[in-house]
Amino acid sequence: MTTLTPARHALRRPPPHRPGRRETVHKWRRRLPLLPALIFTVVVTQLPIVATLVISTLQWNILKPGERHFTGLSNYAAVFTDERLRTAVLNTIVLTASVVIISVVLGLGLALLLDRRFLGRGLARTLLITPFLVMPVAAALLWKHAIYNPDYGLLNGTLNAVYRLFGAENGPTVDWVSNSAMPAVVIALVWQWTPFMMLILLAGLQAQPGDVLEAARVDGASALQTFRHITLPHLRQYIELGVLLGTIYIVQTFDAVFTITQGGPGSRTTNLPYEIYLTMFRKYEYGEAAAAGVVVVIGSIVIATFALRTIASLFREEVSR
Amino acid sequence: MITHATAAAPGAGFRKFFRRKEDHAGSPRLTPVWTFVAWLATLAFFAPVAWMVLTSFHQEADAATNPPSPLAPFTLDQYELLLGRDITPYLVNSAMASVLSTLLVLVLAVPAAYALSIKPVEKWTDVMFFFLSTKFLPAIAALLPVYLIVKDAGMLDNVWTLILLYTAMNLPIAVWMMRSFLAEVPKEILEAAEVDGAGLPTVLLRVVAPVAMPGLAATALICFIFSWNEFLFAVNLTATNASTAPVFLVGFITSEGLFLARLCAAATLVSVPVLIAGWAAQDKLVRGLSLGAVK
Repeated sequence: MTTLTPARHALRRPPPHRPGRRETVHKWRRRLPLLPALIFTVVVTQLPIVATLVISTLQWNILKPGERHFTGLSNYAAVFTDERLRTAVLNTIVLTASVVIISVVLGLGLALLLDRRFLGRGLARTLLITPFLVMPVAAALLWKHAIYNPDYGLLNGTLNAVYRLFGAENGPTVDWVSNSAMPAVVIALVWQWTPFMMLILLAGLQAQPGDVLEAARVDGASALQTFRHITLPHLRQYIELGVLLGTIYIVQTFDAVFTITQGGPGSRTTNLPYEIYLTMFRKYEYGEAAAAGVVVVIGSIVIATFALRTIASLFREEVSR
Repeated sequence: MITHATAAAPGAGFRKFFRRKEDHAGSPRLTPVWTFVAWLATLAFFAPVAWMVLTSFHQEADAATNPPSPLAPFTLDQYELLLGRDITPYLVNSAMASVLSTLLVLVLAVPAAYALSIKPVEKWTDVMFFFLSTKFLPAIAALLPVYLIVKDAGMLDNVWTLILLYTAMNLPIAVWMMRSFLAEVPKEILEAAEVDGAGLPTVLLRVVAPVAMPGLAATALICFIFSWNEFLFAVNLTATNASTAPVFLVGFITSEGLFLARLCAAATLVSVPVLIAGWAAQDKLVRGLSLGAVK
């Protein structure tokens, strides 16, 4: 910390003086290129959120026209007492946590492998990022029909082939999506998100200073010791970044639930985005949907605060050099 | 904390960049056993994609057998059927929505990134974090007001609605990415060019563009990928005229019953543009996905 003191001293600003006309013009000339992007973003992203806040205080169902009126916080009361919404909150947490944790662990394993040289590493990396690039709706349909389908899906088909190989008549016919809906959605999402985690963690591994690893090797540290005491602490902020960004994206999962399970069976896989979608376009309870949306926004802000802090620390390091 | 800091953020400046490449090439080799494990894991992850492509080249009858018959005769029938019939307008809509929104994003993001890096405005980091924070707003919370506004404006089922929304969706990513690329333009050269009396167009063309071009391409590819894959707005704001490829995919199942081989062909077809874009941008992909935080 002592090294920072003279630097701060040097950065002390010159005494403030009143900005002249020329200076103001100069400032605005600098700001000019920024304005279109800034104004566009404010209009398109901030106004809808304000509108959501307003709608969330209204009693508004378009099936009951003429009954739109202000109800204060009663929609929020409905959101927090409604059985379905509580289930949706719980499902969102289970879904997001499982996908993030599993894909970080798998991604870390793959990143550790790909950090070393081996035959065909470039090709392996290209193949590994493919699941992340497949259109999410296409991926969900692929898992639902080509893999999980009880009659001709790859999973039961392979089981059947293996059973026959060992002389059995037929393999079991498991209806994967109905029997274990949540794991089915989680697996499909883990498949898509592991490459994302791998890419971030691989970038982290490759940013390790070679000399420190070399020093550890010379000092006779075992591979496991090097990993625990050097690699893992170094990777910490990359893992954090992966977890936080992954959480923000996966909390919003809509495609996979919509396609694979439609939230079912019952509401066992209905997450918040899907529940809000149902409230909006099936029940037409606009006020309630908006209130649930506000709850999601607040949840996201909480996660985003941590994410922004991590990004800010990576960012400051970059800028300070 | 300070040594840790320099270690964790690689790639600023060229020297650092190249040194990292060298370290990288000098990284230890995997033993044969671990090479086998690495390839096994890779193929396990790739298998569903391989299965999708394989099935898309089969006849329906061969695609839905149990046990599976991967070696059934190949055919292009499914692709012919799809392209000959109804997928084309959806692909055109997808292409319009993603290409035009990407262009619009670049038109807005490049000047903004310039004002955040080369000639930074005061408090430019606050502006950066404002852009970033909008990326963290869940789209589902904006869906209802967006739907109501778009309906009032008579813009439902209109490609331009998607173009505007996708522009807003990708703008923060593009600003962050472009800023991180423009920040790599060497300050000394910029100053030298100004001292020599070079005008703004010359500076942009001769100094900034050569360094920033690969970054611009990568940014465009990433924006393209995100718009091409977007589903929530596409499915809820379009009906028949402006529907994009993912909407075609889900509608295809409900309206025609299940045709596994044709579904796989459609899934492959709609994924191809993104696969090409993603493979082309793979070195810069992580920078886009982490919003420029990791290089």
